[in-house]
This record gives sequence, structure tokens and C-alpha cells, in this order.
Amino acid sequence: SKTKAQLSKQINNLISSSSHFDTNFWEQLEEILIMADVGFNPTLKLIDNLKLRAKEISPGDQEAFKKIFAQELASLFPKPSKKLIALKPEVVLLIGVNGVGKTTTIAKLAYRAQMQGKKVLMVGADTFRAAAIEQLKIWADRVGVGFYSKEHGSDPAAVAYEAMDKALKENFDLVLVDTAGRLHTKVNLMEELSKIKRVLNKKHPGSPHRTILVLDATTGQNALSQVDLFSKSVPIDEIILTKLDGTAKGGVVVGIASEYNIPITFIGLGEKMEDLRPFDGKSFAKALLD
Amino acid sequence: MFDSLSERLDSVFKKIKGRGRLDEASIEEGLREVRLALLEADVNYKVVKDFTRKVKEKALGKEVLKSLTPGQQVVKIVHEELIELLGGKNVGLELKGKKPYIIMLVGLQGSGKTTSAAKLALFLRRKKFSPLLVPADVYRPAAIEQLQKLASEINIPSFGSSSNMKPVDIALQAREEAIEKGYDILILDTAGRLHIDEVLMNELVEIKQACSPQEILFVADAMTGQDAVNVASRFDELLDITGVILTKMEGDARGGAALSIKSVTGKPIKFIGVGEKLKDLEVFHPDRIASRILGMGDILTLIEKA
Ligand SMILES: Nc1nc2c(ncn2[C@@H]2O[C@H](COP(=O)(O)OP(=O)(O)OP(=O)(O)O)[C@@H](O)[C@H]2O)c(=O)[nH]1
Ligand SMILES: Nc1nc2c(ncn2[C@@H]2O[C@H](COP(=O)(O)OP(=O)(O)OP(=O)(O)O)[C@@H](O)[C@H]2O)c(=O)[nH]1
Ligand SMILES: [Mg+2]
Ligand SMILES: [Mg+2]
Repeated sequence: SKTKAQLSKQINNLISSSSHFDTNFWEQLEEILIMADVGFNPTLKLIDNLKLRAKEISPGDQEAFKKIFAQELASLFPKPSKKLIALKPEVVLLIGVNGVGKTTTIAKLAYRAQMQGKKVLMVGADTFRAAAIEQLKIWADRVGVGFYSKEHGSDPAAVAYEAMDKALKENFDLVLVDTAGRLHTKVNLMEELSKIKRVLNKKHPGSPHRTILVLDATTGQNALSQVDLFSKSVPIDEIILTKLDGTAKGGVVVGIASEYNIPITFIGLGEKMEDLRPFDGKSFAKALLD
Repeated sequence: MFDSLSERLDSVFKKIKGRGRLDEASIEEGLREVRLALLEADVNYKVVKDFTRKVKEKALGKEVLKSLTPGQQVVKIVHEELIELLGGKNVGLELKGKKPYIIMLVGLQGSGKTTSAAKLALFLRRKKFSPLLVPADVYRPAAIEQLQKLASEINIPSFGSSSNMKPVDIALQAREEAIEKGYDILILDTAGRLHIDEVLMNELVEIKQACSPQEILFVADAMTGQDAVNVASRFDELLDITGVILTKMEGDARGGAALSIKSVTGKPIKFIGVGEKLKDLEVFHPDRIASRILGMGDILTLIEKA
């Protein structure tokens, strides 16, 4: 939109106004990266690497610099690995702090899988938040996929267990489990997640095949703590970064990528079920400078 | 890690211990540590710059109190300056003029508006108001049900909005109902939206113009990073917000967004959300957040006593 373009132009001017890779240039780059939530230490590390690489190109060549920048950054992000699913259905567990976009992301993943011809079941294991079950049910109807949950207040692990029953019996290809938002500092709620995971695995060995942490691009340095504490109770296989359609850059994943070896698979770009794109390190890097 | 700010500062200031006054070079060095701590707490880069400049002016030439180390002395100045920037003391709701009063909640998607609406209703009922909760999010699946369920949990009436109504009509009709049934305060929950979404931002302006709310509270997530300034200033520009609610404060977020938002909008933070339950709303205390942003609660209470 117009406003977004205005905001990004200011930042872009900073870089393109420099004709040399001098102290001023690096300071401006530092500012841009920190303002994109990359964080202080990852920014310094990145700039150190870039200083070395900038010697390869002629001073003031902005385009060449952006290319190097994108390469350097993209190389930080681990590639997602394809897991072989021995036995259908594939089970995916979505976790994350409150309000990041877990439920909406499930709708997006379901829509995508359905386009690929898969039979999808959405599982409402957020039995805590008011109308969370209804929200997911509406999405299931809109996308046109299967749905399972129980009444508000039920044990989420029991919901997961029974949903697996249904999925196995009715021959679903993909099961997407929605969980309640929770802060990573709540020990009992972290334990609840491991319980859901144990129950799924008991009912369907090997599952959940993927546990996805959903991160909101608006989040600052706290995302590091989220990754840290969530992964202590349930190992995280993937990250999905939502709300990149705003002006937040989600730069905190740069630090996450270099500290934890977790691939980012998708980004969320809106509130509709179509608004999901595969993550691409290079475009992400480019957008940091725009 | 952050508890060590004053330690880090102490090692910076060791050299000048005994010299009695804070000189420029040592302050500069000390402020580098402060700057880092603020950035780690997600205070906006530009806000940090302004802030450290101000602190420097204050600290220059200042005598070090006998009971403190120079490092602690700088922390004390930083802390006091932070409190002042955050507004000094708590500012409550300003409900004036003709009843029924209207409080409108606005903000990005998922920031905590709906939950905060119900929390505020509970808070206001304790203050002897009789609130009506008004769901005006006609877009997000089950958003209306969410607020209605929360309302019935705490036995507070909610307006019977439906998703084919226009939000501005919901607001106006709800006000009619409030007058009819004698509710004296309406709490209007709006859909989450991006500050750059011109159509939806305009919808908020329309609601504001139609029903002139006494309070327009911007609801922000305490975990927000650098972008807080862009978002808050846009909402404030278009709506002239009257205050802020900072949610999800019970976690380990340092809450630097509080400082960013306050310094770009000048609007007070009025409440903080400290949990998912409806009782989990507290009035905002600048001094507590200041300690938290610096990441050194306990040390600061000691320093404050000096
Ligand atoms: N702009 C934008 N909004 C999004 C995106 N993804 C989700 N949202 C919105 O963010 C809000 C929260 O999304 P939910 O899917 O309910 O989030 P959640 O993590 O399930 O929330 P809880 O279950 O309450 O923890 C909703 O208003 C969504 O429409 C995105 O990629 N971009
Ligand atoms: N931990 C914690 N969670 C909160 C707090 N306030 C709200 N939440 C949770 O954050 C999530 C989003 O809250 P909502 O009230 O639905 O947010 P919203 O701004 O209305 O979201 P949209 O309408 O989708 O834009 C829910 O899971 C809430 O339970 C808080 O203070 N602490
Ligand atoms: Mg949800
Ligand atoms: Mg809401």
C-alpha cells in the first residue's frame, strides 16, 4: 500500500545515498538492521561478515551490495528437510504464544494441502480460549475440510487422542492440531503440550511428524526466549512467521536461525486462507533493506 | 544477563571511582551499556538515541552519592529519566461528559483487544459502573461469539451484534440500547487491523466520528519489537488515541515497547494485561516497568533507597 511504501522508502534512502562503504554506511546499515528487529549482537556479527565481503565489490555499488547481503543472510537459514511418513496420516502440531496466528495458519495450511488433493482434518485442541473451537470450525467449513473437537474446557490431550481415532478410521492424509496460545514461561502449560505430543505418539507412532512454532513478525527480541523455552518442552521442527504483510520485518528470525538450527517454512501475509507463501531466505533478506 | 547491567557499568566506572564526579568520557562509556540494555528490551533504536542523549546531559558533572558506585549512580539517573518519560505516575480513565460513556479498543491483530474489553468491563463494574460489551469485529471468524462468551462468563451484558452489520451501525445501535436499558458505559471491541490498511483504518475514524468515544485505547502486545513506533504513531495520528493497554505482561518480555509507544505518541499507558483470565488487568505503574525495561528490579529498589 501507499503508506507502507512511504515508510520503506525512508529506510532505503539511507543505503542508496551512500557512495562508499565507509563508517557512515555501516552505521546506517546497523540502524536499519536493528530497526528490523535483527537484534544487536546478530547485527554486529552480520556486519563483520559483510565488511569482509564488501571488499569483493566496487565501493558504492548498491545493487552488488544488496546481492551479497541477501546471499550472506540466506546462508544462515537452514533448509527444511523432508520427513518420510511411514504411516498415514501425517500429523502436524502448531504451537506458539497467544495471538500469533496459529488458528489462521492452520486454515492456510489446510487450504494448501487440500489444493494438493489431500484429505485434511483440523483438530481443535484449544479448548481454553473463548470461541476458539468455533473459530476453527468456521475455518474448517470455509476451507471444506474435516473437523474434530470436544466441548470447551475438555482435556486437550483427550481431544488429540480421539481425533487420531477418527483420522485413522476415516483415512485422512493430514491432521492439523491447533493448540491454545500460551506464554513460554508457564511451566504447567508447557507440560500440557508435551502431554499432547505423547498422546499423539502413543496413538499413532511417529507422530506428530512436525511441530511448528508460529512466530508473529511484530515480535521483538522476546521471540528468542519463545524458541528457547518452547523447544525445551517440545522440540520444534519448523517455524512459520506470520503478519509479514505489515511494516514489521521479523528480523529476529536472523538471530534465531544462527542460534538454533530450525528452518522457517512459510510466511503469513494476511488474514485469508490464501495468504501463505513458502519462506525464501533471499527475498526475506531483500525485504529487510526495503 | 540483564541483572548485570549495573555490574557492567561498575566495571566501566571503576577507573573513575573516587574522583567524585561523572565526567564525559566515562558517562559515554557507561551509556553504551545502557543503550545495549534498552535495545535488548526492544526499545526503538531512535528512541534509545534520544533517551541516552538526555541522560548524558543530566549525568554530566553530577556528583556521585557516597552510598553508590558511579555505575549505580548512572543507573539511578537512567531509571529516574525512564520513569519520567513513561509518565511519572499512573493516569486513569477520563470519563467525562454525557453518559453513556464509550471506550473503544483498537490495535493490530491478536494484540488482546477482545480479552481486554472483557477485563475492562469487569474492572469498571467493580467501580460501580454498569457496562455493556459491544462486539464490533465483524470480520474475524467467531470474534463476536468470543466477546459474548467472555461477557456471559462474568455476567455482563453484551450487544447482539451480527457479522452482516456495519461496525459503525453496531456502535450506534448499541448506544441506543444502553440508553434504553440504563447501561452507563459501552466498551467497543473492534477488529484487529494493520495500521497501513487504509480502508479499515478509515472505518475506525468513522466510528469515532459517529459516537465520539471518551476513551480510545490502543491495545499493544508487550512482546512487540521495533515496529511499535510505526504502528502506534499511525493509530494515534488517525484517531488521537487517549491511552494504551499493554498486554501479555506476565511473561518474560522486557516491554521496551512501552517506552517506544509513550515517547512517539505522548499518550499514557493506562493498564497492563497480566494473564488470560479476566481478572488479569492492572493499572500501569511507570516505576515498575522502568525497572523491568532495565532488567534489574531488585537492584533498583536498593538504588532508589539511596
Ligand atoms: N495481517 C495478518 N493478520 C494475521 C495473519 N495471521 C493471522 N492474523 C490475524 O491475527 C489474529 C490472531 O490470529 P489467530 O489465528 O486467532 O491466532 P492464534 O495464535 O490462534 O491466537 P490464540 O489461539 O488466541 O493464541 C487474527 O485476527 C488473524 O486474522 C497474517 O499473516 N497477517
Ligand atoms: N498471556 C496473556 N494472554 C493474553 C493477554 N491478553 C490477551 N491474551 C491472549 O491473547 C490472545 C489474543 O487475544 P484477543 O483478545 O483475542 O486479541 P484481539 O486483539 O482481540 O485479536 P483479534 O481480534 O484477532 O485482532 C488470546 O489467546 C488471549 O487469551 C494477557 O494479558 N496475557
Ligand atoms: Mg487460536
Ligand atoms: Mg478480537
